[in-house]
Amino acid sequence: MEYFLIIVSAIFVNNIVLAQFLGICPFMGVSSKLSTATGMSGAVAFVITLATVVTFLINKYLLVPFGLEFLQTIAFILVIAALVQMVEIVLKKISPSLYQALGIFLPLITTNCAVLGVAITVVTKEFTFGGAAHMLNLAQAAVYALATSLGYGLAMILFAGLREQLSRSEVPAAFKGLPIAFITVGIMAMAFLGFSGIV
Amino acid sequence: MSKFGLITKGFLKENPTFVLVLGLCPTLATTTSAMNGLEMGLATMFVLILSNIVISLIAPVVPDKVHIPVYIVVIATFVTLLQLLMQAYVPDVYETLGLFIPLIVVNCIVLGRAEAFASKNSVGDSALDGIGIGLGFTVTLTIIGIVREILGSGSVFGWRFITGDGILAFVMAPGAFLVLGYLMVLFNKLAKR
Repeated sequence: MEYFLIIVSAIFVNNIVLAQFLGICPFMGVSSKLSTATGMSGAVAFVITLATVVTFLINKYLLVPFGLEFLQTIAFILVIAALVQMVEIVLKKISPSLYQALGIFLPLITTNCAVLGVAITVVTKEFTFGGAAHMLNLAQAAVYALATSLGYGLAMILFAGLREQLSRSEVPAAFKGLPIAFITVGIMAMAFLGFSGIV
Repeated sequence: MSKFGLITKGFLKENPTFVLVLGLCPTLATTTSAMNGLEMGLATMFVLILSNIVISLIAPVVPDKVHIPVYIVVIATFVTLLQLLMQAYVPDVYETLGLFIPLIVVNCIVLGRAEAFASKNSVGDSALDGIGIGLGFTVTLTIIGIVREILGSGSVFGWRFITGDGILAFVMAPGAFLVLGYLMVLFNKLAKR
């Protein structure tokens, strides 16, 4: 039951883009085409889940026992940078076309605040489910990370669909490009507000 | 570019939000009120100036292959410093801004300036660049905060001018996107003239 609550809350209620404002730069950058949006969400999902598990373990067994919690920011970002490098090398080998399509945004996953944001959230924030607030354990953290990145993918793919339509419609000159995209996301976020209170 | 130009370019010509479109996450997340926007802008400026200075000093000796990780570690060091300072002297501000203080590490403005400016210019110019872009970011965040606070809670910097509630949606997530979108339209319109 608690896993179900974590999943619903991470995907819909506290959607990472539309409610938590994390990972907006790549969200705006690659969402103009449906295919790149799908690829990017896959890469981000992989990196977020892996990075969260690794940083969770490092925090629990290395930083906390030695009283080094203040090093969280530096340690986490280094782990994430190394992981992204690895994903890049693997992807280059397995799927060159996807690697081409993601272009500059792949190395930029390092500076995608969604990754560091989720890693820091799971080790610092208390989650409320089943009436009591508690810290997540490893399995819950992994599920939370995966669900969050699914929410990221959902928002990105929905938005890419809207944006492909937008590119064909006529908008006033000053609204062209990003401004109308932001207003569209605003309306999407309003729709997602409807989920609040479910969990 | 003149010294004066370095400091003022952040307002219009290279405005980090409206022209460069960088650092959107804190821009959207922390501008629920004018004061929050101002505080977030100042926190980012602190890291931006210090990291620009240090990176312009070490750039000549950092091997090209590892320059990004090195820059990120420099930035992360200053962010950690900022976290400790804020926890010690302004704990309630640290509490409000929450997650977005450690996330300055991955703010594309900071790494972007390191890569595009500080690594190629002198220490003095890099410091001024940090001040300029930082000021531009702070002013923009404050403006967005003011608009959202007026619409959302009917107050400016905590001073209420209406009784009753504002339009709650503007303090919540949708308002952030809408206000930023419409301010961008306004900026485009005014900049074109």
